[in-house]
Amino acid sequence: MQQGDTISAIATAPGAGGIGVIRLSGEHAVAVADRVFTSKSGRKLAELDTYRAAYGRIVDEQGHTVDECVALVMRAPHSYTKEDIVELQCHGSSQALKTTLSLTWRCGARPAERGEFTKRAFLNGRLDLTQAQAVMEIIEARTDRSLEMAAGHLTGRFSEKIHAMRQSLLAMIAHIEATIDFPEDGVDEVVAESIRQEVTQLREDIEKLLRTAHTGRILRDGLLTAIVGKPNVGKSSLLNALLREDRAIVTDIPGTTRDAIEEYANVGGVPLRIIDTAGIRATDDAVEQIGVEKARGYVEKASLVLALFDGSAPLSSEDREIAALVDGKETIALINKADLPQTVTPEELRGILPENTPVLAVSTKTNAGFSELEQLVVSRVYGREEAGDEGTFIDDGRQADILRRVDGHLGEALMTISRDLGLDFISIDLRSAWEKLGELTGETVGEDIIDEIFSRFCIGK
Amino acid sequence: MFTAGEYDVIVIGAGHAGVEAGLAAARIGCRTLLATLSMDNIALMPCNPSVGGPAKGHLVRELDALGGEMGVNADKTCIQFRMLNTGKGPAVHALRAQADKKLYQFTMKETCENTPNLDVKQILIDDILIEDGAVKGVVVETGETYLAPAVILATGTYLRGRIIIGEHTYTGGPNGQRAAMKLTDSLKKAGVRLMRFKTGTPARVDARTLDYDKMQIQPGDDEARNFSFMSDVTTREQIPCWLTYTNEKTHDIIRRNMSRAPMANGIIEGIGPRYCPSIETKILRFPDKERHQLFLEPEGIHTNEVYVQGMSTSMPMDVQFEFLHTIPGLEHCHIMRAGYAIEYDCIDPLQLKPTLEFKDISGFFSAGQSNGTSGYEEAAAQGIIAGINAAMFIKGEEPLILKRSDAYIGVLIDDLVTKGTSEPYRIMTSRAEYRLLLRQDNADQRLTPLGRRVGLVSDARWVRFEEKQSQIEEVEQQLQSTVIHPNQETQQRLESAGIDPIRTSTTLYDLLRRPGVTYETLKRGFDLPDISTEVRQQIEIAITYEGYIRKQKEQVAHMEKLESKLLPEDIDYQEVPSLREEAREKLALIRPRSVGQASRISGVSPADISVLLVWLEQQRRLQQARQKGEE
Repeated sequence: MQQGDTISAIATAPGAGGIGVIRLSGEHAVAVADRVFTSKSGRKLAELDTYRAAYGRIVDEQGHTVDECVALVMRAPHSYTKEDIVELQCHGSSQALKTTLSLTWRCGARPAERGEFTKRAFLNGRLDLTQAQAVMEIIEARTDRSLEMAAGHLTGRFSEKIHAMRQSLLAMIAHIEATIDFPEDGVDEVVAESIRQEVTQLREDIEKLLRTAHTGRILRDGLLTAIVGKPNVGKSSLLNALLREDRAIVTDIPGTTRDAIEEYANVGGVPLRIIDTAGIRATDDAVEQIGVEKARGYVEKASLVLALFDGSAPLSSEDREIAALVDGKETIALINKADLPQTVTPEELRGILPENTPVLAVSTKTNAGFSELEQLVVSRVYGREEAGDEGTFIDDGRQADILRRVDGHLGEALMTISRDLGLDFISIDLRSAWEKLGELTGETVGEDIIDEIFSRFCIGK
Repeated sequence: MFTAGEYDVIVIGAGHAGVEAGLAAARIGCRTLLATLSMDNIALMPCNPSVGGPAKGHLVRELDALGGEMGVNADKTCIQFRMLNTGKGPAVHALRAQADKKLYQFTMKETCENTPNLDVKQILIDDILIEDGAVKGVVVETGETYLAPAVILATGTYLRGRIIIGEHTYTGGPNGQRAAMKLTDSLKKAGVRLMRFKTGTPARVDARTLDYDKMQIQPGDDEARNFSFMSDVTTREQIPCWLTYTNEKTHDIIRRNMSRAPMANGIIEGIGPRYCPSIETKILRFPDKERHQLFLEPEGIHTNEVYVQGMSTSMPMDVQFEFLHTIPGLEHCHIMRAGYAIEYDCIDPLQLKPTLEFKDISGFFSAGQSNGTSGYEEAAAQGIIAGINAAMFIKGEEPLILKRSDAYIGVLIDDLVTKGTSEPYRIMTSRAEYRLLLRQDNADQRLTPLGRRVGLVSDARWVRFEEKQSQIEEVEQQLQSTVIHPNQETQQRLESAGIDPIRTSTTLYDLLRRPGVTYETLKRGFDLPDISTEVRQQIEIAITYEGYIRKQKEQVAHMEKLESKLLPEDIDYQEVPSLREEAREKLALIRPRSVGQASRISGVSPADISVLLVWLEQQRRLQQARQKGEE
């Protein structure tokens, strides 16, 4: 028995082990999986028998590979939920896992509610009667976590923006509905052109919010940062300075890359997730052995590179190699040992670095230059956004997913207007957008539209 | 105790709800008594003369499709028809008519009096007989008793009715009628929860004293329209209405006298409807609005009374005189009847099942304005459902419950019994989530088979319905199976029909999808049968809006899973673990019939619904296990 919607969620505990599993369940589980997964053999999952697996890649809409993956198909009724299930066993970071999850939402699945797999398993007769109580507890209506979470995630400006969008949609809907339900009450006719303009504006607002998804993710997951520099330039001192107690972020999220432990440094409110701190520490006090080759690997992975140069010694060929390495990467060049007599000038260093790379003199001994570093990091992260307030950033995949769907409905409304189908149909699209947006704020559809009609228009005979 | 008669069904009240209830029960075959407190006021229209409009017109079409009387009666007696909202999409097209009020009443009276199984009597009911949680009959004020296992309450605004004009008040029903003063106590004794609502009506003015040159004419449509699927009226004399506006002078007078408004000085306690505000309320709530429109609507052909639509008021008479005379066209008008407000008792509809039977009193039903609604159409729609279900109760058959996806009638009743109402409830198209499916043009397809099932749809109606359906199917079949190829002959045919040429082979059905292509244009180039407007409309709408219709049907199918999961009537929600306290209370109060209905109760969250589903499944399996054990 299939329960309708296809749902998906991460089925493994966050960060536990090297493998993360995304589980899809429902009538279209296989079809959705086929949209995000490309097998090496070229066979579609739809062609696989039950309990067969395929090796391949998760590929996003632009054709970029997100992760390696083994996909396992379990067909109804021989699965946990007795529905079609596909498990995508991914190998990459928790970030890749989340990216894959939101990809499944864009391709036809919807986020699973709390306890929903278990609920379906029970309703479809998979679980024993004695487990009913446990199932109800998992759903935990009493505290209704999902609502709390929805509301809790909405902070400050973000929440205000969503409410403002809902309000403007509501005003449009109420106006249309008033002219439909009270055609002889002298309500001003709805002008399709003004609806078109307002909807276009809303789509731009959503677009802006979606662009902040990137920043939101950084704020939540940390900015993957590489510290590179020739041996003995002071990488481990920099690391220690960054990780000094008041900056340390206590986190219970274990490393999600399999080869290294990660540590977080709080720099101006931005969590920097520093690559291979163990490797950097291992060389502490000894001759630093991290060479250019290893640095190349770090730079490739990183979103931000802190390139360290020795201000007290002339630039070497290794320095030049490092400088060439960071080309095309978000980089901050640091001239260390500012406390010693300087032989390298910022101008000189700029000469070998990619154009427009910021250069900063610091001392890991005296902490000189660290507040400037903070400012630079912060402006790198927030700089691309229009708003500079933390609260306006989308911080999770579900929110982005909802906003994309809202945008889809608004796009349909514009189509409807251009096809001149009539007000009723514009209203259908706007209502869909409005209801979807309500999922973000946890508000349910009630008498709002009718209340709005009566508060805005003098209606009645 | 003198028993004057025994019936299957007794209907208290012969307004718009009562007559539909009585006619339905009688037509299905129940011996039915229709009790009215005045034989001269059956199907009285105490407020405006109009029938229909958005959502209300849909209700009329729906109750006609089920075999009700309102549509037929309106078609026989209306003096103006207009289709509203024609440019806004097919689902919101709405037929609105102006009735000749007296003709409407007397035509309905005649129908009632001549319906087999139906007795109409002028009696005032004081008491309802209830024994062991089941209704037994009614007691008349003069002492005699009528017995019946099913009783329908359809008392409109007559329960402890009180009329208010300025400082002057008196007990009574609308239009100077008697009020039912004792029935409220009988209901209270039976444990029924009551509310007090208020509504109002404007003055009627003498047509001879109006200056029509100062108003704009509002004629009916040129095309003849009908509510009923059974009516074939093609020509009809149409009487115009007239449009005029209030102005600053009118508003000044009202503002100056606001302290004398019964609303303001505390004389009125009942809660009035937001969509039917008095003129004094409009001016208070929208102080910036420079003018309010008024429609002058004739009340009939054989009367000079004209209804001042939009000017509902309970202001003292001197104020009514003064402000009416500031209005263009009404400067010299004579008032024939004053505007007034009326307060009345109604029941809290949360006490009802979706069948309109009281949850706690077997065989006792309630319909119409006494359920907290407003409007003739809303009343009639409930009346027919109460009548049908009382008959089903008598016959021991499955009741008729219309879903929100079946009909506006379903939306109306589901709203009442699930959410209750805090003001006189009016139906609106914006209350329906599947508006595109609930069109007035397809009411027969949605409901006539259901009306047939309960025995209310006559053979004549059924034959007509089946013919239309088979014609729709045949023509659709033909359009789908006719494939045309891009050859010279086809292109010539297309050209002659005024349709752009085709590039690849296509069916006529797909060609109809093109914007601007209609059945009539296709017919010019291709050999297609002559069909009625109604059939053509069904085909064109189905094709043009296919995508939207499909989407709504998917939503309905999704919701259907919850609607079909029935909740036992005797659930003890304290026994269901993990529910939130608020949900527990609401569920216990409303006792929803299905999980779908439960999901619409405010205060019941999606997580509560999940818990309910799991619990239901647990109970089902436990029961199964018990049955196995017994075997």
